[in-house]
Amino acid sequence: MSEDILGTAEHWLRAGERVALATVVETWGSSPRPAGSMLAVTEGGRMEGSVSGGCIEGAVAEVAREVMREGTPRLLDFGISDEQAWEVGLACGGKLKVFVERLG
Amino acid sequence: MTPDTLARLQAARAAGTPVALLTRLSDGAQRLFPEDAVPEALAEAARAALEADRAGPTASGDESWFVQPHNPPLRLVVVGAVHVAQHLAPLGAAMGFAVTVVDPRRAFATGERFPGVSLVHEWPDEALDALRPDARTAVVTLTHDPKLDDPALETALRSPCFYIGALGSKRTHAKRVERLREAGLGDDAIARIAAPVGLDIGAVTAPEIALSVIAQVVARRRGR
Repeated sequence: MSEDILGTAEHWLRAGERVALATVVETWGSSPRPAGSMLAVTEGGRMEGSVSGGCIEGAVAEVAREVMREGTPRLLDFGISDEQAWEVGLACGGKLKVFVERLG
Repeated sequence: MTPDTLARLQAARAAGTPVALLTRLSDGAQRLFPEDAVPEALAEAARAALEADRAGPTASGDESWFVQPHNPPLRLVVVGAVHVAQHLAPLGAAMGFAVTVVDPRRAFATGERFPGVSLVHEWPDEALDALRPDARTAVVTLTHDPKLDDPALETALRSPCFYIGALGSKRTHAKRVERLREAGLGDDAIARIAAPVGLDIGAVTAPEIALSVIAQVVARRRGR
């Protein structure tokens, strides 16, 4: 497969990088990427894959860096409303949940 | 994901074994189906996710879990190591297909013309028999030569593969339909063949034809 996000993440891990994996768990409305879509992030800022059309990857990567340091997984809600902790909304009006975990 | 879970998941994927990763959303605890013992509700969700090849949330008691199926890649079997095949193979790989090119003519099916592609030099019916096309396999014949295309099509038509396409004009296909009827195949079976192959995008060049074919394969895969 050309898009082997887990394989790339494992490769980074073996090279000695800290890696976190974000996975779309559930979507509502017009979210661009279906459940199961993955984004791998390294502490150095490398990214592979996606969890949206690019709207929330920056925010997810920020949380991913905390998760890879602390080791505690997080479940993030996006696009619910501006009053929520996550102010990064989706222009498309979709909503989604993203699970972020440390890899390895 | 613990190093152990990651290693087992990657081993299953490398072996082409269908597995589902189950994640408890409250704390990230994970199980690998069917390797690990899990409650029946989770096993059922894992089986359904693998069958539909679709990830999603599920519940076990009052716990929220997420099920991620990892099926082996879809397969694309291309009969005929021709010019269009040289462009179809990398497009198929980009769409996530494991691509195999079948052509007994070794001058065509060379590693130089098909870098990184699995090549089979058997006669197409023997090759297709060995490859055993399943519901996650697409078969495309591109040789134009009935001696090569027909045996492949006959074998593909007797399999549950999700897509069968055959290169050739309407006239070529009409003659092909006659031959397949004489070979004992019914009209319903023959109607499974997409011919002329590919979506009608006015393709002219080999890369354009390859694009129209892979687009049609994806459309069929997605139920269009």
